[in-house]
Amino acid sequence: MTGKVAITLNINGRDHAISVEPRRTLADAIRENCGQTGTHIGCEHGVCGACTVIVGDDPVRSCLMFAAQADGVPIRTVEGLAKGDTLHPLQRAFMDHHGLQCGFCTPGFLMLATAVLEREPNITDDDLLDVLASNLCRCTGYQNIIKAVRAAAAEMRA
Amino acid sequence: MSVPTQGSGMTWVGRSIRRLEDPALVAGQGHFTADLQAAHWVRFVRSPVASGRIDRIGVPPNANVITAADLAGVKPIKPMLHKFSYVPVAQPVLAADVVRFVGEVVAAVVAASKEEAEDIADRVEIEIVPLTAVTDARRALAAGAPVVHPEAPGNVIVEGRIKTPDFDATRASAHTLIQFEAHSRRQNATPLEARAGHTAYDGATGRVTLTCTTQMPHLTRTAIADVLGMPESDLRVIAPDVGGGFGQKMSLTPEYVILVWLARRLRSSVAWTEDRRENLMAGFHSRDQVITLEGAFDKDARLTALSADIIANVGAYSCFPTTCGVEPLMAMAELPGPYQAQAYDCVSRGVVTHTCPMGPYRGVSRPVITFALERLMDKAAARFGIEPIEIRRRNLIDRFPYKSATGLTFDEASYRQTLEMAVEHIDLPAFRARQKQARAEGRYLGIGFSTFSERTGYGSPAFAARGMEITPGWENVEITMDPSGLVEARIGSSPHGQGLRTTLAQIIADEIGVEPRQIRVVHGDTDRAPYGWGTFASRSLVIAGGASLIAAQKLRTKLLKIASHLLEASAADIVLEGGMAKVSGTDRSLPIATMARQAYYQTHRFNGEIDPGLTEIGAYDPAGTFSNACHVAIVQVDIETGHVAIEKFLVAEDAGRIINPMIADGQVHGGIAQGIGNALLEEIVYSDTGDILTSTLADYLPPTAREVPVIELHHMETYSDASITKAKGVGEGGAIGAPAAVINAINDALAPFNIEIDEIPATPRKIRATLRSAMEKRA
Repeated sequence: MTGKVAITLNINGRDHAISVEPRRTLADAIRENCGQTGTHIGCEHGVCGACTVIVGDDPVRSCLMFAAQADGVPIRTVEGLAKGDTLHPLQRAFMDHHGLQCGFCTPGFLMLATAVLEREPNITDDDLLDVLASNLCRCTGYQNIIKAVRAAAAEMRA
Repeated sequence: MSVPTQGSGMTWVGRSIRRLEDPALVAGQGHFTADLQAAHWVRFVRSPVASGRIDRIGVPPNANVITAADLAGVKPIKPMLHKFSYVPVAQPVLAADVVRFVGEVVAAVVAASKEEAEDIADRVEIEIVPLTAVTDARRALAAGAPVVHPEAPGNVIVEGRIKTPDFDATRASAHTLIQFEAHSRRQNATPLEARAGHTAYDGATGRVTLTCTTQMPHLTRTAIADVLGMPESDLRVIAPDVGGGFGQKMSLTPEYVILVWLARRLRSSVAWTEDRRENLMAGFHSRDQVITLEGAFDKDARLTALSADIIANVGAYSCFPTTCGVEPLMAMAELPGPYQAQAYDCVSRGVVTHTCPMGPYRGVSRPVITFALERLMDKAAARFGIEPIEIRRRNLIDRFPYKSATGLTFDEASYRQTLEMAVEHIDLPAFRARQKQARAEGRYLGIGFSTFSERTGYGSPAFAARGMEITPGWENVEITMDPSGLVEARIGSSPHGQGLRTTLAQIIADEIGVEPRQIRVVHGDTDRAPYGWGTFASRSLVIAGGASLIAAQKLRTKLLKIASHLLEASAADIVLEGGMAKVSGTDRSLPIATMARQAYYQTHRFNGEIDPGLTEIGAYDPAGTFSNACHVAIVQVDIETGHVAIEKFLVAEDAGRIINPMIADGQVHGGIAQGIGNALLEEIVYSDTGDILTSTLADYLPPTAREVPVIELHHMETYSDASITKAKGVGEGGAIGAPAAVINAINDALAPFNIEIDEIPATPRKIRATLRSAMEKRA
């Protein structure tokens, strides 16, 4: 498995022309080939969601996708959430509501919530809980993550 | 003095300010170990069998594979205790002749990329002659059991005994004796970031920098230098942003030793990122205990004597630096908890087995002993026909200082007050009515209480009592104000999510009159921070916080002296606030930043009365204190599926002075979530032959947002002299109290079936099995 393929990953609006083995995961390519280390890897088997990024309009676990599958599709990662120095409402809400402690799972939660709130701005509290239950956090006990996402959702609707 | 929590007005302490850590972390700009690139990548080849003799290691041609044979002169990891019949056992950095658990490192493959290293590792042939393995501690104690280490023929490597002189007589005069067994299955702390290490060699100095996911950078340096026989000063250890630890990242891992050894040999950079499977197999386990407990009660349901036989399964080796004594000995010392029993008889043993070594995990033993003791109180309450809250009222400590049966001194706390505070918010009669109604409808609701102490912030005297060769405890903090007036506090603690950069800045800010954002707390780098013990055991806010306060007070004294010179006023009349030194009752003032410049550039003005520069050091080594809380869980148990839904979780907590309420609440939330996981979901399972059956997060189940309920928190603040900041520490309480509350609630819910569940986790399968056997018996 040493043959490499040339692909272009468009991350946060910037093209990265890279050459990867077909088996390289999107998570590894984003972090190692493109140097965007804000996306974290927590389990490499699709359970914890720390590596969640937005591919097209969908939140995906980048450890379960090959980099080659994302060739040419716009990808958004945590590094692209803020506009210049202006933080995204979710980033602000996570700080305001203490939605993070060690910060390792945070990029995954931020990208998951971003994609879901863009798609479904009026999501019910219960559906939101289902969505947030797809990622793991070991520090916060989730209460403040839920509070933060609800607060950001309200702000994004306003 | 106990007071309800309130913000403390004009000071920084007591306010929920936003964390200084967060802007980088929410932007993806944190620095985690696995972000670093290296010239060489390592994949460890691990033993697939639990016990066996290594016959041959077959290495693919042209591959760079390191085995024990390459490591001449490298010492094994061999921590030491000087008490409690401790048998020192050696853990080779790479397994030499025998393997003792599935996941033990046998060889290290070095290659140019992760993928290549993994490919080569797949082709390394390890031939092992399997021997009979023993994974269960009780079986390991039986005659004829396989011997894990020849030095310890009975498999016991640490044993403690406490028996108070009055025990036999007190027990003999008991009105009621209650005996049972409490089991805690094995758990894994499961930080979201698994372990990772990166080493870089500096050709100019010959020094190696190890960046790794540790909670104890200085001790990691000491330990590796010792094992490799190199000067400590040739090794720099950096703990960058660390993605959670919960104790798992305290102990020395052989993997880091190999990385340092390789960097020196290759004169290059080397990296390893642990995958989740490795973490669940070999990243330290914990809480695998059986406690046989007996409580002796007088006619008024007062616990007068307590006896316990504690068996802790410590795995195949003893972890550095705490040793495997950490679980059994802490269990023995703290089992009586916050209750007044003065007669005590306890035997506690650490037993080696062919399983992953045990390491500390949030709460260390106390989640298990609290669960056992709180089950005892509920069983006794049922026997005496009184409410669980009533038996706790009768037995909780209420006079301070209180000397426990095991010789611990409990400082002022609020055991009874927090119980009453919780009761006030629960409305027990209303719950009992609702419970009765629900039962009539075939729904099973239950309420569970847990009242406990959380020993925190203990310094070297407490560790010395354990006879540790390496006795941790104190902390140093160095504070420097630079010529621009900005402050750097260098600490030996090593936070990894606790928000210590913020809370220490709050403590320091109040002393020297600047804002927290002007204070940068530097930690996790042995070249930059003073020697210290790291972050664990609910100690950092108490001990590093105390040392910060002492250093800040010294700096304040110096700033006042400088201000006194420059403002020509008495130091006693000067206040430092809002970035200014002000002479009270006048309009004379001076920016602190101006004074800072003078302290460096205009020292000749001080007539030799003030030393140049602005650096002060504070040291703190307290005896320790106790936080306390009452947890209440209300659950509904589905008797068809065994599923437990937590309807409500309420906490009345007292951790002394709260420095930042938002951060303190976050610690409690996180601890409770782990406690709920421990109570209901999380279990590392071995097969009888020692294969690990739970090596993915689809098998080992940390709770999600669905399983953790809204947590209702109430605080009290008891200001005890045991902590100079009055902060008592709050890192572990959530995890300590929650399992007991949840299991008591399940038992209360299932009371109509006359069954008792005395095991964590109480998985749906276990609850169903218990119900089924009860119903079969009845039929």
